[in-house]
Amino acid sequence: MRRIRAAAAIAIVTSLATAATGCGGGEGGTGSDASPKTLTYWATNQGANIEADKKILTPELKKFEKETGIKVKLEVVPWANLLDRILAATTSGQGPDVLNIGNTWSASLQATGALMPWDEAAFEKIGGRDRFAEAAVASAGAEGQDPAAVPLYSMSYALYYNKKMFEEAGVEKPPATWDEMVETGKKLSKDGKWALGAEGSNLSSNIHQVFALSQQHGGNFFDASGKPDFTSDANVAAVKQYVDLMGKNKIIAPGNAEYAQNQSLQDFARGKTAMVLWQSAASTFKAHGMKDEDWGVAPAPVQSGTPGQGRQVNSMVSGINIAVFKNTKNLDGATEFVKFMTSHEEQKILNGTYGSIPSVKSAQQDGAFDTPDGTVLRETLTKSAAPLPQVANESQFETAVGTAVKGLFADAANGRPVTTESVKAALSKAQQQMPK
Amino acid sequence: MSSATAGAPAAAAPRRSPTAPPRSFLWTRRIFLTVLTTFVAVPVYVMISSSLKPLQDVAGEFRWFPSELTIRPYIDIWSTVPLADYFVNSLIVASAATVCSVIIAIFAAYAVSRYRFRGKRLFTVTVLSTQMLPGILFLLPLFLIYVNIGNATGIALFGSRGGLILTYLTFSLPFSIWMLIGYLDSVPRDLDEAAMVDGCGPLGALFRVIVPAAVPGIIAVAVYSFMTAWSEVLFASVMTNETTRTLSIGLQGYATQNDVYWNQVMAASLVVSAPVVVGFLFLQRYLVSGLTAGAVK
Amino acid sequence: MTPAATAAHRQAQAPAGRSTERPATGKDRPRRPRLPGRLRRAGLPYLLLLPAVLVELLVHLVPMVMGIMMSFKELTQFTIRDWSVAPWNGLANFSATVDFDAPVGEALLDSFLVTCAFTVLSVGLCWLIGTAAAIFLQDTFRGRGLLRTLFLVPYALPAYAAVITWAFMFQRDNGLVNHVLHDQLGITDGSSFWLIGDNSFIALLVVSVWKGWPFAFLIIMAGLQNIPRELYEAAALDGAGVWQQIRKITLPSLRPVNQVLVLVLFLWTFNDFNTPFVLFGKSAPEAANLISIHIYQSSFVTWNFGTGSAMSALLLLFLLAVTGAYLLVTSRGRKQADV
Repeated sequence: MRRIRAAAAIAIVTSLATAATGCGGGEGGTGSDASPKTLTYWATNQGANIEADKKILTPELKKFEKETGIKVKLEVVPWANLLDRILAATTSGQGPDVLNIGNTWSASLQATGALMPWDEAAFEKIGGRDRFAEAAVASAGAEGQDPAAVPLYSMSYALYYNKKMFEEAGVEKPPATWDEMVETGKKLSKDGKWALGAEGSNLSSNIHQVFALSQQHGGNFFDASGKPDFTSDANVAAVKQYVDLMGKNKIIAPGNAEYAQNQSLQDFARGKTAMVLWQSAASTFKAHGMKDEDWGVAPAPVQSGTPGQGRQVNSMVSGINIAVFKNTKNLDGATEFVKFMTSHEEQKILNGTYGSIPSVKSAQQDGAFDTPDGTVLRETLTKSAAPLPQVANESQFETAVGTAVKGLFADAANGRPVTTESVKAALSKAQQQMPK
Repeated sequence: MSSATAGAPAAAAPRRSPTAPPRSFLWTRRIFLTVLTTFVAVPVYVMISSSLKPLQDVAGEFRWFPSELTIRPYIDIWSTVPLADYFVNSLIVASAATVCSVIIAIFAAYAVSRYRFRGKRLFTVTVLSTQMLPGILFLLPLFLIYVNIGNATGIALFGSRGGLILTYLTFSLPFSIWMLIGYLDSVPRDLDEAAMVDGCGPLGALFRVIVPAAVPGIIAVAVYSFMTAWSEVLFASVMTNETTRTLSIGLQGYATQNDVYWNQVMAASLVVSAPVVVGFLFLQRYLVSGLTAGAVK
Repeated sequence: MTPAATAAHRQAQAPAGRSTERPATGKDRPRRPRLPGRLRRAGLPYLLLLPAVLVELLVHLVPMVMGIMMSFKELTQFTIRDWSVAPWNGLANFSATVDFDAPVGEALLDSFLVTCAFTVLSVGLCWLIGTAAAIFLQDTFRGRGLLRTLFLVPYALPAYAAVITWAFMFQRDNGLVNHVLHDQLGITDGSSFWLIGDNSFIALLVVSVWKGWPFAFLIIMAGLQNIPRELYEAAALDGAGVWQQIRKITLPSLRPVNQVLVLVLFLWTFNDFNTPFVLFGKSAPEAANLISIHIYQSSFVTWNFGTGSAMSALLLLFLLAVTGAYLLVTSRGRKQADV
């Protein structure tokens, strides 16, 4: 009897399961124009907080509604949830019509096939690919494929420094090379104050920094065929150089090894550290009560010479892309909305508010971005920034290598030696965790 | 109200012995409770004091006392994130999940505790085994099922409060059933028998006699159900959207791209926890009033 | 489920059934044609169980079966869009997961061991503190109500709020913990890291116990209500002191409650995701890399759900085995005690 009942229970379970699997996940269908009057838009958190983002975006969306009659339903998705939400949308086919993505995710998300590819025809509808900065478009999908998104906001790294602390330590100009950084740093790091801030437990931040350094050493984290190549001499040298700023050179405070929530900006604003490598930090400094004349900005350091392409790269191309979800029921409206968001006018307004750099060339040249840090960020972006590897396994790479660097920082902070061997071992472990 | 309970000498809860406890017991109790109180209270104090500090205080070196008292965080929390909406969402979801879960559990526990039937073991073992499911294993499948149910029937489970309620009520259900079986078993059978003699059906006996006698157990289980739903992070992060987002996700909004508003995090946590703590206080009276003891006599 | 329940209901059975002889509604299995009254009686328990069975099927069992199916598939970002057509790859996910010489398997094993150690310590402490507090608060004394309320506060805080407060206190440079240990008491030389490195295990344990023990306290407190006062009175007459009463009456009487409580605390702690996730974020330090976070990272962060599901399935097997063994052992003990 008991066996029969158990069998019956199993039968019910399996039949339900088959029913659930039968109707599958996201249907492979492409977009339609079934509901042309509304759009759902997932924005990323760019402003001080989510409410601030809503206040900034809502008037613009109203403008769009006035122009086209399409009502945009806005949801600002916190960064902590964004990837999970995109995953949910991808597997189920139930998602927004238009969404923002971090540009480093482009290739990963492109591989799922959930985003509409931007071929020539699609780009034509929003004014052509040429309107956008080349580096920004290059960060919107794997090489040789149609981009999975369109660049919306662009950012790059710059070196922010505290003018007063420089003055007190007798430093005249911000360091332009890493050697100068160490030398300057030693002058600044004393009496409980430190030269440079770092977010040692923030995986993305670690990746961004070691990527630029790896470029300067002539390295790359993926070979030409897209296979991981973490343990090359250049990569080992890059990671070691970054971690040595804390361990060997002692110009980063050991406490920074556990920072992951932008505590280094707070330290900077409080005059505890003299420099940070950051992307568009002006508005945050203001929020922390720093006056604009308190801080200066310079290009991020290189090994020698001046920033440029190749070995003189001093920043990754950072930014936000806007993508159209393939299952949209309003394809034309979605395209129209992307066109609106990337129009000269909106690029000026939104990037101006957020402190980022327009990804549309015409808007970049606008006088509104000639602020001290705007100029540096724009110069870096156009002349000496390179996109992170656009490979499908980018998120695995960030996790594996970012965690390795985090671990090395923990070693350095605890006074354990960080050697070429230990760096190589950490990177090799990271590489073995990558999917085959 | 709690002090009233403590002060009332005739509280119905069973006491160990009428004679005064020995010194060794009193001293152990004193030391233990002092240490425990410190352990519990320090973080609570940190929350309260930090919520009254300006941002510079919480961003810098730790200090026991605020450099200046400010209630600004309590004002700012409402404009940084839509806290009130999140609070209402959490309250609806957790309350509904609790009520449903407790009712379903009472029925099931009653069946197991008072009847012999085939499949009982299968049922209890299966229910038991669901408690050990790692959430991570069925998060994605569950989500797909909800979407498919939505597509097939038009019942919106994904992204709605309903879906979250359904999910959370099952989280606490297995434990609630087990605990209630134990509590119901401890309610003497003579009670139902008496009720049956008085002409009650089985359900009448359940609700008129057994449930009132098992109130402390039911409250303990209800509190558990509520807190399970109140605190859940993983499923809420995938299954909610802006209009249904719950507190455990919403509070993360104070850690933004550029800054962590520690003082606002603490203020918001206190504000949303206060009603729950008060609710606990209220329930606690029932929990410790020893209704079972009264019913036995 | 528990033998106690079975034994207890054997006595209860007769009165519960016999007084409800009424015509059956015919909702029972036709396989056992008996008297109508019996049919109805036999159908009632199933009717009572129905809601629980339905929701469990929908939310736990069917998804579990799907999850196990996923563990036999190659489910990465290339195939995730429609998982039902993702290619099967047999046991490949499992063999990659349990290859303890390779980094993936090695990391899983490490994480598993850390989780075991963490769970045993956390459950033990939660139970110990909870039981002691419940017993000590049984008698009336000044301030008892206040303490009882305070003790429930950690439990009443949303998990995020509680854990983030501890994260705030555990900061190396600005946190309370180092301020007290180093600056004020001078116990540690130099400031220690709590959120990275080996100490993170201690930090995780402290937070977990802080958050978890009030639950044990609550359940034991409810359990104490059901111990008949007569037992204590009888013991007191026999001259048993307080300590003896606790040992001879209170603790044995709590056994049925403890059996379930400890098991739930175990499963709950073992699968805990909220605490490490809020404390450490998406990448926990190795010393505190609990299995739930590890699997989350293997599936949700890197979108490799095949491997992630395989890990979860193995975890489930392990928990099944432990739970089964636990119930067997504790139930045997109880049977002897009951008889």
